[in-house]
Amino acid sequence: MDFGYTTLETRSIDYDKFDRKLIEYLLQYEPSLLVCMACGGCTATCSAGNLVDFNIRRIQLMVKRGETDTLKAEIDKCMLCGKCMLICPRGVNLRNVVMLIKKKLSIDSGQLATKNNIK
Amino acid sequence: MFSDYFYYPFLIGTIFLFVVVIGRFVKWFMGLSKIDKIRVRIGLFSMKTLQSVWESVREGLLHHNIFKTNKMLGYMHMSLAFGWFLLIVVGHIETSCYHGSMFFPFQHSIFFRYYVTEPTDFPGHAFFNYAMEILLFFVLSGVMLAYFKRFRSKTFGMKRTTRMRYGDRIGLTALWLIFPVRFLCETFTAGVYHNGSPIFNGIGDAFASVGDLNPWLNPLWLTYSVVLGVFFVAMPFTRYMHIPAEINLIFLRNWGVTLKERRVNTFTLAEVYSCSRCGICIDACQLNLAGIKNSQSVYVLKNIRNKNLTDEVLFNCLLCGKCQEACPVGIDVNKLRITQRIETTKQYNSSYDYLKTGKTRQADIVYFAGCMTHLTPSIKQSMLKILDHAGENYWFMDENKAPCCGRPLMLAGQYDAAQKLIDTNTKMILESGAKRLLVNCPICYKVFKEDYQLPGVEVLHHSEYILDLVKQGRLDVNPSDLRAVYHDPCELGRGSHIYEQPRELLNTALTLVPMAREREKALCCGGSLANTKISMAERDVLAGKAMEEFATYAPDLVVTSCPLCKKTFAKVDSLPVKDLAEVVAGAVERKV
Amino acid sequence: MKNIVIIGGGIAGVETACALAEGGNHVTIIERDDKLGGKLNQWYCLFPDFKKSTQVLDYIKNRIKNFDIELKLKSTVEKVEPNGDGYFIHTGNVRYAADAVVLAVGYDLFDATRKEELGYKIYDNVFTQADIEAKFRSGDLNTTFGKAPERIAIVHCVGSRDEKCHNMYCSKVCCVTGVKQAIEIAKFLPKTEIFCFYMDLRMYDKHFEELYRSAQEHHNIQFIRGRVSEVSATPDQRLSIKTEDTLSGRPMKMKLDMIILLAGMEAKKNTRQVARLFDVETEESGFLRSQDFHLGAGILSRKGIFAAGACISPMSIKETIENARSTAMQVNQYLKTL
Ligand code: SF4
Ligand code: SF4
Ligand code: SF4
Ligand code: SF4
Ligand code: SF4
Repeated sequence: MDFGYTTLETRSIDYDKFDRKLIEYLLQYEPSLLVCMACGGCTATCSAGNLVDFNIRRIQLMVKRGETDTLKAEIDKCMLCGKCMLICPRGVNLRNVVMLIKKKLSIDSGQLATKNNIK
Repeated sequence: MFSDYFYYPFLIGTIFLFVVVIGRFVKWFMGLSKIDKIRVRIGLFSMKTLQSVWESVREGLLHHNIFKTNKMLGYMHMSLAFGWFLLIVVGHIETSCYHGSMFFPFQHSIFFRYYVTEPTDFPGHAFFNYAMEILLFFVLSGVMLAYFKRFRSKTFGMKRTTRMRYGDRIGLTALWLIFPVRFLCETFTAGVYHNGSPIFNGIGDAFASVGDLNPWLNPLWLTYSVVLGVFFVAMPFTRYMHIPAEINLIFLRNWGVTLKERRVNTFTLAEVYSCSRCGICIDACQLNLAGIKNSQSVYVLKNIRNKNLTDEVLFNCLLCGKCQEACPVGIDVNKLRITQRIETTKQYNSSYDYLKTGKTRQADIVYFAGCMTHLTPSIKQSMLKILDHAGENYWFMDENKAPCCGRPLMLAGQYDAAQKLIDTNTKMILESGAKRLLVNCPICYKVFKEDYQLPGVEVLHHSEYILDLVKQGRLDVNPSDLRAVYHDPCELGRGSHIYEQPRELLNTALTLVPMAREREKALCCGGSLANTKISMAERDVLAGKAMEEFATYAPDLVVTSCPLCKKTFAKVDSLPVKDLAEVVAGAVERKV
Repeated sequence: MKNIVIIGGGIAGVETACALAEGGNHVTIIERDDKLGGKLNQWYCLFPDFKKSTQVLDYIKNRIKNFDIELKLKSTVEKVEPNGDGYFIHTGNVRYAADAVVLAVGYDLFDATRKEELGYKIYDNVFTQADIEAKFRSGDLNTTFGKAPERIAIVHCVGSRDEKCHNMYCSKVCCVTGVKQAIEIAKFLPKTEIFCFYMDLRMYDKHFEELYRSAQEHHNIQFIRGRVSEVSATPDQRLSIKTEDTLSGRPMKMKLDMIILLAGMEAKKNTRQVARLFDVETEESGFLRSQDFHLGAGILSRKGIFAAGACISPMSIKETIENARSTAMQVNQYLKTL
C-alpha cells in the first residue's frame, strides 16, 4: 500500500514555505476552485478514478497546499469526461482546472509555444 | 500638371491591392497539403469552376445567404457589392462606347466624368448617364444603411455588431467616404459642365446657385482618388479582405478542399480571411444570454487573424454549431475552433497506460451507456428494460468499468490522447463479436460513428435502434395523450443530422408539439462539454432560457435524447424532462 | 379585541394562534389540509430524546381546545386587500378582517427524484427519511423484497448544500434526523450494519452531539465522510453506491440492501406565491425574508405581516415552538402600537 511517504522527512505542511504559483495561476482563471468543500463527490464518480488510483479532489487539495511533486504523473490520468463537474455540489469547474494544470505544466517546462502556431 | 497625376493614388492603391491579394492567394495555395493541391489542379478544369463562378456572383455580389437571414442586412451588403460591381462594369462599357474601342487608359473609366466634360453624343450616352447615376444612388443607399447599422444595430433586428480595430477604422472611413465623395465630384462637375443626366445636372445647378463650383473640382476629384487608394491599400489588412477571400474560398471549397481538424494548413487562413464580420454568428449564439460577449466565432476568426487568440476565448464555446449553421459564408467555424484547440493543447500531456481491455462477452449487440448515463440511472434502466423486452443478446459494456468514449477529450483538442481511449474501446467492442453498437449518448454516438474504425459493426443511437424495434413489431408502444416538445441535442442534430428518427419514435408514444426553433435551429441546453470555461451559473442561464421557451408551448414534458441535456434541463426544475428511452420504456408492452 | 389571521395550521401556526388567543385576541387559522399538525403527522419519533411525535401533536390539539380559535380548514387565501392599518383576507366567499397576519406555511421536503443519480423511485429500496418514518409507524423495516436489510446507508445532504438543486443552504436538522433514525433502526434490527455518509455533521443543539456519540458507542453506527455520487443496482437485487472515503482519500464502493436519503427542507413550492399575495419579500432560497436575522426573525418586510416556523428557515420542532411563541410576542407588541 502506498501511503504517499517518500522520504523520512517530516510530512507536515509548512504553510510559510510552499510555492503558491500554481494555485494562484489556477485561481486567476478558474475562481470556482475556491469553493470546493472536499465532499469527494468528484472522486467518487470519476471515470479515471474508477479504473486507476486517481483522486481529483486530493490533487486539487494538494495543489492548494503547494504539493506538486507527483502532480504531473497524476493529472495525466484524467479523461476529461466531465462527470466531476456534473456532480459537484459547489459547481467547481474541475475540467478547466485539469486543463489549466496541464497548460501551466507545459508552459513551465518551456514546451508550450506562447504564440499562435499559424503563420 | 494636376490633371495628369491626380489618379495616381488610386492607381498605386489598385496595384498594391492586386499584388497583396494575389500574393496571399499564392501563399495559401502553396501551404495546402499535397492532396489538396492535386484537388485544386483537377478541379480547375471541371464544371466545379463554373459552378464556383455562379456561386461567387450569388454570394460575393448578391449576398443571397445574408438575404435569407436578414433582409435589411442582405440589401446593405448587396447594394454595396453588387452596386459597385455594376458601376465598374457599366462604367467600363460606357467608356468603351465613348472611345469606340475596348482599349483606353484604365483611369478613364473610373473617372469618366472628370475626363469627359464637353458635350458628346456617343451611342447610348443618355442611357449611360441615367444608369450610372441611378447605380450610384443604389450604392449610396447601402452606405446610408451601413452608417445606420453602425450606430443603431437594433434597426437590423440584430442585437450586436462587431467591434473594430484601428486598421478597420481607416478602411471603414475610406469606404464610407468613397461614394459620397464620388457623388459630390459628379454633381459639382455637372453643375459646371452639364455633363450628367438631368438629375445630376439639376443637383449641380442647385449647388452652383450657392457659389462658384469651379475651384472645388480638382480637389474633389483628387480626394476621390485618394479615398479609393487608401481603401485599396487598407483593404488587405481590414475585414474587407473578405471580399476577395470569400471568392477564393468558394472556389477552393468547390474543388474539394476541406478543413481537417488535425492538419493545420493555410486553408485555415483562407477561411479566416473570408469572414465579413457580418455579425450573424453573434446573434445566433446563446452565450450572449449569459453575458459572454467575446468568444463568438467572429471574434475567434478575428483573433486568429490578429494573432491574439486566448484560451479564455477559444474554449468559451459550446461548439453547439448554431453559428456555423447561420454563417452566410459557410465558414467551418466549429472545425476551425477545434483545429485551434488542437494546436494550443498540443504540448499537453496525458497518459492512459492504466487502460486495459477488460473482460468481454460474446453478444449480438454491445450497449455502451457512456459516462454521463451513469448519472442518469433512469435512462440506463429504461435502456436495459427495452433491450430485455426485445429479447436481445446484449453485453452492457460499461456496466462497471470502461474508459470514456474519447469525445470529451477531442472537444478539448486532445485528439492524440483520445486515440488511446478509442483503441481500448475498439478492441473490446470487436472482441465481443457484436454486429451492432448501441449508445444512448449523442456525444458517444458521434465519436463512435466518425472516429472509430469498427468494421462490420453498425453504430446506432438509441433513437434509431428503438425505432427499428418498433417498426419490426418487437416493441408495442402504448400511445398516451401527453403533449411533449422534443429538444434536439446539438451533437445528434447539427452534429450528426439525426432529426427524424427521434420524432418518428416519439410520435408513437405521445403527441409532439412543433416549435419555432428546432432541428437545425434548435437551442443548446448549455451543458455542452465543449465549453471548459463557462461557469455553472452561466450554464444555468442558458438552460433556464431554453426551458422558458419550451414552456411557451405548454407541453406536459420536455423530451430529449441525451443524458447531458436531460441533466442540464432537469436542473432548471420547471417542467418534467425525460429521455426518449424513458418515454418508450414507460409505454412498452411485450409483443408475444 | 384585535383580529389575527394565521395562514397554516401546522405546529407553528397552532402554537402562535394559541399564544395570541391567550392574550385575548380573536384568532383565525386558515389551513389548506383537512387537519392540523402539518408535516409532523408523518413523523414517528423526534430527536434527540425519541419523544413520540404524537405527544407533541396531542399537546397542540389539547391546547387549542382551551381557546375560541376559528378554524377554516381546506381553504386557501385568494386575495389580500389593505384595510386601514390591517388587511382583508379573502378565502372562498368569506372575508376576514385582520389587524395582523402570521404566515406559518411550513416547508416542503426536497423531492429526491431530482437527484436522479441517487436512484430514488428508480431502484427498489431507496427511501427518504420520511418514507422511513412511515415504515417506523407501520413497524415494518424490511426491504421491498420482504427481507431484513443487512446493510443500510444513510445519505446526508440530499438536496441541501447543493448547487445542482439550487439549494445552497444547510437544512440543519437532517444530520441529527439521520443519526436518530440510525439508532432507531439499530435498536430494531441489531444485526444490521448502518453507515452514515456525511460531508459535515451538524450536531448543533443540546444533546445532539451526545446522540452522535451514542450512535457510535452503543450502536456501532459508522460514519464515513464522503458524498454519495452514484447509486446503481447489482444483479443480485442489491444496491451499490459510489462515494469517496475522503478521510482516507480513496474512492469507495459498497453493496447495500437499503438506502435512506436525508432529503432537505425546502421552502414550499408556493411560498413565493403566498409572499406575492401578501407583498412580502422572499430570499433567494425561497424562504421568507426576516427583517433582521438577530432581532426580528418573525418580522417580515411589510407592516403587520409576520412569519413563524419553517417558512423562515429550516428548523426543528423545538425551535418551531419557540419561534412561534416569539412571533406571537412580536405580534402582540405590534398590536399595542395600533
Ligand atoms: S473529467 Fe477527469 S477528473 Fe473529472 S470525472 Fe472525468 S476523468 Fe475524473
Ligand atoms: S465534488 Fe466539488 S466540492 Fe466536492 S470535492 Fe469535488 S470539487 Fe470539491
Ligand atoms: S463567421 Fe460567418 S456569420 Fe460570423 S461574422 Fe463571419 S461571416 Fe458572419
Ligand atoms: S458554436 Fe455555439 S456557443 Fe460556440 S460560438 Fe457558435 S453559437 Fe456560440
Ligand atoms: S443538516 Fe447535515 S445532512 Fe442536513 S444539509 Fe446540513 S449537513 Fe447536510
